[in-house]
Amino acid sequence: MNMRAEPPVGQKVRVATASLAGCFGCHMSVLDMDERILDLVERVDFDRTPLTDIKTLGPCDLGLIEGGVANAENVEVLREFRRQCKVLVAVGACAVTGGIPAMRNSVPLAEVLDEAFVHGMGLVNPGIPDDPELPLLLSQVHPIHEVVRVDYFLPGCPPSADAIWSLLTAVLEGGALHLTWAQLRYD
Amino acid sequence: MSNDQQRSTFTLDGRRIPFTPGQTIMDAALAAGVYIPHLCHKPGYAPHGSCRVCVVRADGRELSACTAPAAADMSVESEVADIRALRVAVLQMLFAEGNHVCPACEASGNCTLQAVAYHCGMLTPRFPQRFPRRAVDASHPDVILDHNRCILCELCVRASRDHDGKRVFAVSGRGITSKLIVDAPSGRLGDTDFSAEDAAAHVCPVGAILPRDEAFRVPIGQRRFDLAPVSRVGDVALDPDAEVLAADAESEVLA
Amino acid sequence: MSGASGLAAEHGGAHADPARIERVLRGSLAALGRGPDTVLQHLIAQQQVFSHVPDAAIGRLVEELGVTRAQILAAVDFYAFLHLTPRGRFDILVSDNITDRMLGNAALMTQLCDALGVRAGEPRADGRVSLDYTSCTGMCDQGPAALVNGLALTRLDAARIREIAALVEADTPLAHWPKRFFAVSNNVHRSGLLLGDLETREAGLAALFARGGPAVLAEVERAGLRGRGGAGFTTALKWRFCREAPSENGHADKVIVCNADEGEPGTFKDRVLLSAYADLVFEGMTLAAGVVGAKTGFLYLRGEYRYLLDHLEAVLARRRAQGLLGTGIGAGEGPGGGFDFDIHIHLGAGAYICGEESALIESLEGKRGITRKRPPFPVTEGYLDRPTVVNNVETFLGAARIAEHGGYWFRSEGTDRSAGSKILSVSGDCARPGIYEVPFGTPVADVLADCGAEDTQSVQVSGAAGVTLTPDEFHRLLAFEDLPTAGSFMVFDHSRDLLDMVRNFAGFFAHESCGFCTPCRVGGRLVLDLVDKVAAGAAGRHDLDELRDIAQVMRRASHCGLGHTAANHVLNTLDKFPHIYRDRLRMSDYTPSFDLDAALAEARALAHRDDAEAHLAADA
Repeated sequence: MNMRAEPPVGQKVRVATASLAGCFGCHMSVLDMDERILDLVERVDFDRTPLTDIKTLGPCDLGLIEGGVANAENVEVLREFRRQCKVLVAVGACAVTGGIPAMRNSVPLAEVLDEAFVHGMGLVNPGIPDDPELPLLLSQVHPIHEVVRVDYFLPGCPPSADAIWSLLTAVLEGGALHLTWAQLRYD
Repeated sequence: MSNDQQRSTFTLDGRRIPFTPGQTIMDAALAAGVYIPHLCHKPGYAPHGSCRVCVVRADGRELSACTAPAAADMSVESEVADIRALRVAVLQMLFAEGNHVCPACEASGNCTLQAVAYHCGMLTPRFPQRFPRRAVDASHPDVILDHNRCILCELCVRASRDHDGKRVFAVSGRGITSKLIVDAPSGRLGDTDFSAEDAAAHVCPVGAILPRDEAFRVPIGQRRFDLAPVSRVGDVALDPDAEVLAADAESEVLA
Repeated sequence: MSGASGLAAEHGGAHADPARIERVLRGSLAALGRGPDTVLQHLIAQQQVFSHVPDAAIGRLVEELGVTRAQILAAVDFYAFLHLTPRGRFDILVSDNITDRMLGNAALMTQLCDALGVRAGEPRADGRVSLDYTSCTGMCDQGPAALVNGLALTRLDAARIREIAALVEADTPLAHWPKRFFAVSNNVHRSGLLLGDLETREAGLAALFARGGPAVLAEVERAGLRGRGGAGFTTALKWRFCREAPSENGHADKVIVCNADEGEPGTFKDRVLLSAYADLVFEGMTLAAGVVGAKTGFLYLRGEYRYLLDHLEAVLARRRAQGLLGTGIGAGEGPGGGFDFDIHIHLGAGAYICGEESALIESLEGKRGITRKRPPFPVTEGYLDRPTVVNNVETFLGAARIAEHGGYWFRSEGTDRSAGSKILSVSGDCARPGIYEVPFGTPVADVLADCGAEDTQSVQVSGAAGVTLTPDEFHRLLAFEDLPTAGSFMVFDHSRDLLDMVRNFAGFFAHESCGFCTPCRVGGRLVLDLVDKVAAGAAGRHDLDELRDIAQVMRRASHCGLGHTAANHVLNTLDKFPHIYRDRLRMSDYTPSFDLDAALAEARALAHRDDAEAHLAADA
């Protein structure tokens, strides 16, 4: 699992990020690393990421995925990241375990949609949407490693900026991820 | 000759651990202030040996420290790479088996499963999540029983039977369909003679049996295992060595 | 005798009105008493009459036995043959060992389901019939096999299935079904030291009476007899430990248990021994009682063999009448005579784990069959914490003959470390499946030649928990020092796909895990899912690595022998028959853990969509 994301000398590391079924909290935590973000920007270029609003994905050294896999579009995005990124990281509880979105797995999908679109309170024009533009929901939400190979896992809800920094250090240097006791949290 | 000199010892990862005849490897280690990860074991309760997290290698044989009697001059390996990997796999099985959603769990920070997984450096549940559909029993006025988080350690079964004299709980079924049940015709905790004062109400190592109204009295981040690693506060006796151990824990680095 | 041990005259699906429940309960209470340890036998009695354990019966048992409702529910839920809701009045369970599958049990199940208009696992709406699969019923030499209301059916074929369907539709009581349906052959094809001599002389007991316990123990020791259940613990040592174990009331409360819970897939020798050699088995148990000083004996008979119950009870009754059981056995016949001992038959109820001695003891005590931690061992703290000897059926038989002929006689066959003979249960692809008694140290190839096996691809020695052999290994010896075995010997020729065997065993162990420890409970299920994934052509190389790793975790970290051995077949076949996996792998090394497109099916149906965007390709 000691994948190495480091590019040839003199080039910056190309990084892409995405939030699947997540809350963007992990992305917020990346921004939480204070002045270290200046170091980071020195060393990385961003490809597709909500942080830059770039929407297309090219070949990257590192992909960071937040969120679980809840629908067909999540699967497509995740597969695209896996194809384009040398190193792929599951960031945060939802990507690592399914997390909060996966709590819907305790309820059959028909009941979920019924509550949301048919019999829930305050609905106008009730009915389950059938627009082909909308991604279909998977019957259950899954962690991302159940769909594609994942090189690193960084748990936490969200992982602390410190933990993210440790992750980036490990990935950029191609080593194993070492989290201190204080950095390893699932909540 | 003093008592100390008469006491037999074994080695645990190279440290000499004294023991008295009849003590298990776990008993002796915890009494000496040395932590061995465990979930279904609790000092004062009959050894059980079901979770298998306390697997160690004693003179070449892999066995559960909580049930294996200590023997003189035995060489026990615990915090070595392959045993740690074995423990992580067992923990991953537990996480994949139930619904352990730490960010949404009242017990987070007080949960021994979580704390042991931190100690062992588990980063992913790895196996396909089973996402079982299990009930939450909110029938009792003072205690919630959430089957999603039960790890079948039977501490509540033992506490109710051996400490409370009640036999409120039992494990039913077999294999992956095993489940905790309660002793009432309705199958609901509220219809048993269970009480929030029972030992069984406070022994659950996860968030399956939770006293009501205590949820966030202590905020996340300030709870038992948020403040200190399980290796320091998880049933380990405080002895003169504890200071050293505590210092170790501060700098504990996880693989 | 009625209730738990007598074969109830009324069977299956009697209407569970309170008066009738009470009548059955009174019967079993009279027969078995009110000890908490009798609970399982009372439950079996209810199940047999009502095709389930009625709720009212549970309430009454709580009152009568002082156990909790939760304990009873836990037991009913644990044992495969006990149910809380009614099965059909004809409850048919099709044996599902790999050998049954090789003989076409699936097609017969489909035929029976179609003929009766019923689905496996769900009783028919009119309550007449229910069908399901069950673990190996021990009829591998005359399968495909099944149980109907607990009684063994053998040699099923399409014609017999048609007849059975007609009998069920006509509501014909089992007593009026053709006797040939229930015929069980012994199929002994090779006899040796033990099976060559059927005669009951009680000469072993005579030796005990005349020479005394220590002398008999010395003969058993001299013989080098080791346990025939597979683990091979030295029998004399076990008996000595129990004899020397302190007990509160002197020797009187020690216990002898005969383990006839022959559940290892592919083994059926105990069925034959109990059919044709029951006297010798009971003689061996009585010898053990005389040696260790036990008063109480149990034969733990697997539920699948309840058709033997009447026969065995009759043998016990005769032995009591002969003074070979009861009080003052052999009084006045020498220093070893004059002791009290009797044997009770305790039925199992569908749980492979109960073949493990401490789980068996838990079951004898009326509980779920969960393996105990050790130490303490049963010889010091067994049944109700009394010193207890648990031996295999074949071990007791051997002990009886050793007492008669002496230890040197037994040692005349076998090897230094594996004295005597081994009784094998041979099944699968061979001309003459059945029982073969061979000297320990016999090569696998000799057995294959003997049973008429040709073009053999693999032999599974010692059951699903045993070892998978390649033809390169057929020179290996059946002996504790090379291939230890409890006797199961399943043959697979080159027409077979060994992944079918792996799937069958993985399903078996996932079903039979008691659920106590994490690695076996969860790991067993993970192994099954991965093997199914391979079979579905959906696995990548990563899955094989996971399979191997999980198997190792089970082997290293499980609580008992079941978990330690449950994934042997996976590790063996990954090493020795890697093509059965490799040939089915996808190109991609890493594949999803679930079928992505199938996971959209529910949403497609709810949204009434079937456009291209409503599907996901299997490969990225």
